[in-house]
Amino acid sequence: MKHTLSILVNNHPGVMSHVSGLFTRRGYNIDSIAVGVTDNADVSSMTIVLNGDDFIVGQVKNQLLKLPDVLKVQDMAYASSVQRELVLVSFSITESNRSEALTICNGFDVKILEMTEDSLLIEFSGNSRQVSNVISVIKPFGIREISRTGQIAIAYRNQNSV
Amino acid sequence: MSSTTEAITGGRLMVELLEEAGVEIVFGYPGGAILPFYDELYHSKKIKHILVRHEQGAVHMAEGYARSTGKLGVCIATSGPGATNLITGLTDAKLDSIPILAITGQVSTDAIGTDAFQEADIFGITIPITKYNALIKKADDLSRHFEEAIKIAMGGRPGPVLLDFPKDVQLEKTTVRKASALKIAPHHYERPKVKGDAQAFAEVLNGAKRPLLYVGGGAINSFASAEIKALAEKANAPVTTTLMGLGAFPGTHPLSVGMLGMHGTAYANKAVLECDYILNLGARFDDRVAKYQDFAPNAIRAHVDIDAAEFNKRINVDHILHGDLKDAIREILPFVKGGDRTSWIENIQSLKKNHPLDFDNSGDSIKPQDFLQRVYTKTKGEAIVSTDVGQHQMWAAQYYLFDKPNTWLTSGGLGTMGYGLPAAIGAKFGNPDKMVICVTGDGSFQMCIQELATIAQSKLGVKILLFNNNFLGMVRQWQELFYEERFSESQWTYNPNFVKLADAYGIPAMRIEHKSEIDKGVDFFLKDNGSALIEVMIPAEEKVFPMIPAGKSQQDLIEFKDLGKLKK
Ligand SMILES: Cc1ncc(C[n+]2csc(CCOP(=O)(O)OP(=O)(O)O)c2C)c(N)n1
Repeated sequence: MKHTLSILVNNHPGVMSHVSGLFTRRGYNIDSIAVGVTDNADVSSMTIVLNGDDFIVGQVKNQLLKLPDVLKVQDMAYASSVQRELVLVSFSITESNRSEALTICNGFDVKILEMTEDSLLIEFSGNSRQVSNVISVIKPFGIREISRTGQIAIAYRNQNSV
Repeated sequence: MSSTTEAITGGRLMVELLEEAGVEIVFGYPGGAILPFYDELYHSKKIKHILVRHEQGAVHMAEGYARSTGKLGVCIATSGPGATNLITGLTDAKLDSIPILAITGQVSTDAIGTDAFQEADIFGITIPITKYNALIKKADDLSRHFEEAIKIAMGGRPGPVLLDFPKDVQLEKTTVRKASALKIAPHHYERPKVKGDAQAFAEVLNGAKRPLLYVGGGAINSFASAEIKALAEKANAPVTTTLMGLGAFPGTHPLSVGMLGMHGTAYANKAVLECDYILNLGARFDDRVAKYQDFAPNAIRAHVDIDAAEFNKRINVDHILHGDLKDAIREILPFVKGGDRTSWIENIQSLKKNHPLDFDNSGDSIKPQDFLQRVYTKTKGEAIVSTDVGQHQMWAAQYYLFDKPNTWLTSGGLGTMGYGLPAAIGAKFGNPDKMVICVTGDGSFQMCIQELATIAQSKLGVKILLFNNNFLGMVRQWQELFYEERFSESQWTYNPNFVKLADAYGIPAMRIEHKSEIDKGVDFFLKDNGSALIEVMIPAEEKVFPMIPAGKSQQDLIEFKDLGKLKK
């Protein structure tokens, strides 16, 4: 089962190693990790997506809380949080399938950043499943380069809103 | 943050902070990258520095000092190879929750990351094996890191911390200083409030007919011995301890059933199978004790620990109390009722009678168990005992009874050969008036044997009891029992003359080989307060029993008397 952990940490050098090392050491695989500083320059926010049952995630949470630089750990329930990932994809097109590609982009609410004779560079953001969907639809065209940010998440203020 | 008026160097500040915290002794080894610090240490009148022969010795000495005194252990090394020599000891301290402050020199900040001479990324290397570590980039940050490091090392579940200290930062001047409130005194740090319903917790114990207390190393760290004794007596509950918990409850107490686990007593392991309630006090369901989920299969399981991450980590429990053990037991005690447990206690007594620790002492050879029993009698059980790792370690755990905490020093979690001698040295520095005995084997002894020089140089009265079987005995035992006697690389075809070797360091030494020499040997060994080494030749075939074969659980325990069963 996928879990999304939102973690607040002190913005010090080495904190990222401490956190990711904790996962390595226990043999837990990180699906994605995204980090950025918060409105407070001393605090960074990390979103870590991992696969594991409740026992594993519980262990991870407990171990994370033992790190002096970890301030808060929140396990984001899918339904009560917004989850987003950004992806940039450049893929091949030909004269014959260009309009098909553009239709797909339109349908998925994809932003086109650049179009050349034989390629499209697009941007898309959504939850990880939506991002993966878009990628699988684009794939047959021939992907040249792809860059995913990893998922970030934030809880809804009103936990009844969904 | 307060400031001094006068700017001083980072090195000077570090020495002053150590002095203010109450550090009296440090174990270390100098080198280029830590020289400015050493130059300041030269002027200190409060801190005694012990020059070791290998940095592994320094960290184990700090561990032995910390475990036997309850204070912080401090060790110092230079950058690169000096720092990497600390790794084993830091890992050891992490697994056994020992408060250690390691100070390492580092190349100058402008050279970091350039593969400079004697550079190692010790910050990166020690992330997984320290509770906290930091690279100090500016002298202004030193005070903050120092305070953080000591609080973390001593507070909560104790552990090792490391401060990496670049050479230029040792020379840089600063006026920023705080941390004067820091103390390395045992149990000094504020403990978080105990979380959980103590009364409800106690009532489950009250309801038990066959309760068993299972005490771990956390009891030593929390100085909870008196509370555990009060709890056991009030509840009329037998007590078993882990290897790390030896001494936290008196081994001679009528309610004591000794150690449990792979080489624990048969009666402790059988009590675990039969109890209807098991209360884990500061142990961690280590895999040498609790192999499977079916640990204590008929019991309600309860757990008290300061580290929330230990709950349900390996074994699921029914009741949890989160907090410092001493505090937690104090909260439970008023609600604990005596109850009639006569038949359970009788049951335990008969287990003890029918399944005693046992060995065959009929021949002319010296049996280590016999020898240890005599050392126990002769020292009235009052010595501090350190061990290395192997058969001798288990025999010492079984046959020397520990009545007081902080008197048993062994590498439990990591099983570090080479630990015993330096740990004994550290303990002796911390307890100059007590007898300190290192029980070791011919294999382990050679791993930190160079520290004999540290004993000689400080004229330290450390006693070394060397059981020589000319084998890596524990390895041999497994090979005999589980590898059809293929003794692959476990036999020493060369061992030095240990008596002459000790003599070369000016340490009185003697070898004995026959049972008739035991009394003479024990007398020689324990005669005064000086150092001594006794080499006791023992049969290579002697084995540690009882034993739970690797990967098996309590049900599969093999006692001395069923030795035949093992060799099918
Ligand atoms: C540093 C290290 N290397 C290897 C081992 C594996 N090991 C565990 S016990 C043992 C044999 C110990 O032999 P010795 O010190 O002679 O003690 P004995 O078992 O004979 O009493 C070995 C090699 C270890 N625990 N530590």
